[in-house]
Amino acid sequence: MALKALMAVSGLILIGYLIAHMYGNLKVFAGQASFDEYAHHLREIGEPLLPHTGLLWIIRVVLLASVIVHMYAAIVLWRRANAARGGAKRYQSAKARRGVQRSYASFTLRWGGIIIILFVVYHLLHLTANVIAHGGATASPYERVVNGFQIWWVVLAYTIAMIAVGLHLRHGTWSALTTLGANTSPAARRRINVLAYALTAVVTIGFLLPPFAILMGLVK
Amino acid sequence: MNITLRVWRQPNAQTEGRMVTYGVENVSEDMSFLEMLDVLNERLTLEGDDPIAFDHDCREGICGQCGVVINGAAHGPQQTTTCQLHMRSFADGAVIDVEPWRAEPFPVIKDLVVNRGAFDRIIQAGGYISVPTGSAPDAHATPVPKAAADAAFDAATCISCGACVAACPNGSAMLFTAAKVTHLNLLPQGQPERYSRVANMVAQHDVEGFGGCTNIGECTAVCPKGIPFETISRLNRDLLGSLTKGSR
Repeated sequence: MALKALMAVSGLILIGYLIAHMYGNLKVFAGQASFDEYAHHLREIGEPLLPHTGLLWIIRVVLLASVIVHMYAAIVLWRRANAARGGAKRYQSAKARRGVQRSYASFTLRWGGIIIILFVVYHLLHLTANVIAHGGATASPYERVVNGFQIWWVVLAYTIAMIAVGLHLRHGTWSALTTLGANTSPAARRRINVLAYALTAVVTIGFLLPPFAILMGLVK
Repeated sequence: MNITLRVWRQPNAQTEGRMVTYGVENVSEDMSFLEMLDVLNERLTLEGDDPIAFDHDCREGICGQCGVVINGAAHGPQQTTTCQLHMRSFADGAVIDVEPWRAEPFPVIKDLVVNRGAFDRIIQAGGYISVPTGSAPDAHATPVPKAAADAAFDAATCISCGACVAACPNGSAMLFTAAKVTHLNLLPQGQPERYSRVANMVAQHDVEGFGGCTNIGECTAVCPKGIPFETISRLNRDLLGSLTKGSR
């Protein structure tokens, strides 16, 4: 059961990172100089106390640890749930397959998570390592972003991933806070659900603004 | 009204079960679901067939014995026990699927009867308070705040029917365990064993093979007693507390 607490805490760490990441993305609207400067500064934060890219590596290690813990807990709990239900086809009845009240977000939490991890690998290869260089490789982070998102199917791929992230956040935020004991009354339940919806809306829209702005030619 | 039943028939735990179709005629819409099964069983008995086995006792919705999955929903379309579900909840000519609670920790004994001994073992792990027996203490000897008494009572209404497990996509018994933990942990009498109780009961829950809770809420939607979802978060709170209180 400690697994669920680990799941919740690692998830909340990743949510914190998403918000910081989104803030950086929105810098794209401030122009190439500002965006590239921001990316450059990320590598210099904490100098000279920390070495060059020191903070970035600390963040990367924390994120990697969070992702590993999150996935490990998810896999163990998924297997346990499958064993408890006694196989995939639990009831013969084809009625009420989707349950009584459960949301699409809760229904897709696990498979959505798989989509997200596959996307993260693709995303790192694309914009961080630039091994996959849609529209041409470049040293400028700004140009990498703009080159990639001028292609419609790249935007489509990112949109699908962001919808998966949104659904994951919708149920994940609620579930994490509940697992950590925040859901103590019907009023608290409402507040947590509103928070989960608000966070989902802000993160999903915040991440999708730059790609669509670039696709429509508003940012060049 | 006339209905068609598709009922899970399984002679014993070792034999594979299957759905068997029965037509039931002249069902009164004022019959309870169990009375309708009684009518069918009388006919099956007269015809020399094995009657359908199902658990039941008080038929007043308070004992927690009855419970089957009807049309894929635990206790059927109304949020009540199966004995309190009436045939007026179904349309004339309806085809109704009836299956036992399904979870690996609830093995089928026969037809619609499952073994819920796993719940007893979770209770044995901590669902009690240790008090000296003998003469009853004065009723007002231990003051209980009204809010705590109300919330504890909400949790205490759990009748251990198992619908929460039957409805849970993870096969988790967290609502049951949380109701039992919350019931005692909110009251002064439950304080001495507060943290060992939650840790031991959750540990037993996992040993029995129930799944983990993902806070979906199907359990509370089918719970005939309307155990509030917050009980699970209360359990989680005490569970996290048990880590620091060093009770295990």
